[in-house]
Amino acid sequence: MRAREAILEAVRRNIPGPAVALPPLPAEGVHQLGTNIGFSEHLTNLPEVTRHESASLSSHFSRQLEAMGGRRLDVADAAGARPKIAERFPAATVVCSAVPEVPGTRRVEHVRNPHELADVDVGVVRSRLGVAEAGAVWLTQDDLVVNALGVLAQHLVVLLDPTEIVATMHDAYARLDVAASPYGVFMAGPSATGDIEGVIIHGAQGARTLTVLFCAPAPAMPSTTSSS
Amino acid sequence: MMRPVDPEARAAHFIGREEHESTHDRVVWGMRQHRDKAVAGVPEWEQLRELASQIKEHTLTHLDRYLEQFEENATRLGTQVHWARDPEEHNTVVHEILAAHGVRSLIKSKSMLQEECGMTPFLEERGIAVTESDLGDRIQQLSHEPPSHIVVPAIHKLRTDVAHLFAREIGSNPDDTDPHYLTEAMRGNARPRFLAADAAMTGANFAVAETGGFVVCTNEGNADIGASVPPLHIASIGIEKLIPRAGDLGVFIRMLSRSALGTAITQYTSHFHGPRRGGELHVVLVDHTRSERLGSPDFWHVLKCIRCGACMNTCPVYRRSGGLSYGATYSGPIGVILDPGFDLEKYRELPFHSSLCGSCTEVCPVKIDISDQIYKWRRVVAAKGMLPLTKRVGMNALGATLARPKMFHAAESAAEVALAHLPRFALYNALNPWGKQRELPGVPRQTFRQWYLEHRAKSGKP
Repeated sequence: MRAREAILEAVRRNIPGPAVALPPLPAEGVHQLGTNIGFSEHLTNLPEVTRHESASLSSHFSRQLEAMGGRRLDVADAAGARPKIAERFPAATVVCSAVPEVPGTRRVEHVRNPHELADVDVGVVRSRLGVAEAGAVWLTQDDLVVNALGVLAQHLVVLLDPTEIVATMHDAYARLDVAASPYGVFMAGPSATGDIEGVIIHGAQGARTLTVLFCAPAPAMPSTTSSS
Repeated sequence: MMRPVDPEARAAHFIGREEHESTHDRVVWGMRQHRDKAVAGVPEWEQLRELASQIKEHTLTHLDRYLEQFEENATRLGTQVHWARDPEEHNTVVHEILAAHGVRSLIKSKSMLQEECGMTPFLEERGIAVTESDLGDRIQQLSHEPPSHIVVPAIHKLRTDVAHLFAREIGSNPDDTDPHYLTEAMRGNARPRFLAADAAMTGANFAVAETGGFVVCTNEGNADIGASVPPLHIASIGIEKLIPRAGDLGVFIRMLSRSALGTAITQYTSHFHGPRRGGELHVVLVDHTRSERLGSPDFWHVLKCIRCGACMNTCPVYRRSGGLSYGATYSGPIGVILDPGFDLEKYRELPFHSSLCGSCTEVCPVKIDISDQIYKWRRVVAAKGMLPLTKRVGMNALGATLARPKMFHAAESAAEVALAHLPRFALYNALNPWGKQRELPGVPRQTFRQWYLEHRAKSGKP
């Protein structure tokens, strides 16, 4: 505890003045949505800024997700999720699912150790919140069950109810209790890097692709399932 | 007296390799242009900057309170909180935790603080294998070099450099210089290491006092792999990383990646509140000169920095000379004002590695007066009698000349004649650093004063 007391004492002794007041946070839902820019193929290739002021939140979300290297697909209802995933990833052998709509070949609830996820081709989870300006989905330990599913799966499919999209990060934090789960991540597109000469590459360390399936939860669906 | 880092000599080495310089300039400036476009997409950008600055200033003027609040809330969530005054204490605390768990291999994601502390060599000397998980950091680790940029650590290297390095170190094809191939080669090499690691270390971009959690931003998801696969996660957090409320994250997350790379957000913005299921979480709160800096009226504002790198990307000196020319943990304008605070003797030349153009101050998302601080560090260096001899002699002569108008006009006219007629060897030699690796500008037909006297002074109009 010597270090703790010494640091706090030094901070108190050196604290600058005058004290600055804590400003109020921006109010929810009052922000304009400009079009933002995601990673393109090279950091020096500059896309034009085009404004889409009247766009809906879901279309803005989709455009931004694509700019970040992700992809949005639509299905008519929850029952359509399973065939859509099969169609997009025909070669997948291990599909690890955390959602009742998609049985998968492995239930994440049965995974005891994150290392068991090293061979997963496709992970399937549901996000309860999307952010339009960032093209991001919010995933927690409650959604992923085993956090490593989000980053060890070669491809990640995220189900999202398009009515659960907010405009900006301010709105997202206003709605969230970030401390409710030990882990929570805004994921905007797949893993990416520009570390070699600024060339943008998707699939650096985590998921190679991120697909967001617009799909409301099935109304009568039980919250957990044991089918596999 | 310790030999100071010589940024000029180091820059000359980088500039000597022309393709490196031009590619570096192009790519780094590209990030700045992306930043401008991203900022143009947020109409309230200037309000956000002001808000971000106020939140940081509020936190720093109440820092003791927020540190205690963070500790209390983090502890309540099951996070084990440690404190370290300096790099040695930090490294010792980390090693004790790792040793207690019998850790033999560690994966780490980017942490400038751990760089400050020299943590990797410390742990390696004690038998712990450390693997950098960020691609750029891994390139730098294999090259035995520090990061040259705080966001893109290997941006000074060409793809051919990386191809040769990977061929030697991980057995990839030396003739395949495609960055896609190289990234894939490292993915294949790194995965087994991630899966075999006993522990993970990360830094933190923000620590939230009211919740006791912290946030790590990456584009590769490498911090998330570390935090989710091995059972032990240790995060090193500088005490200036505190913010009061979770809601403040909305302000900072909106600005961080837009300022850094021009994307709306990093691909992964990860929040850690207590240990995950089946895991153990430790936080080390590190001072290392930060509390001392807090007491400096001229320099405490640098503690607002969120490490976006926008000042580096816009800096004409950084872009042309490369990050390694600073010979320090932090490079670019932010390095110029951070590094002398760690060791003034060693980094006394850095405040002169700047043109004082002020562009850094303009792009800073938290409104740090970077260029003013660079100038103030020059005054500190001069006041301590640390100016190198060439600058002292030159400055004294310049001071004397500028103080006497007649002498100045005479010198100006003489220079005009000299520049126009001197042979090359007299201009481009060791005594004139302005003639190194660049051509001196052409001489105008007349000085401004001559032009003024001819055109304006006669008519009486100012």
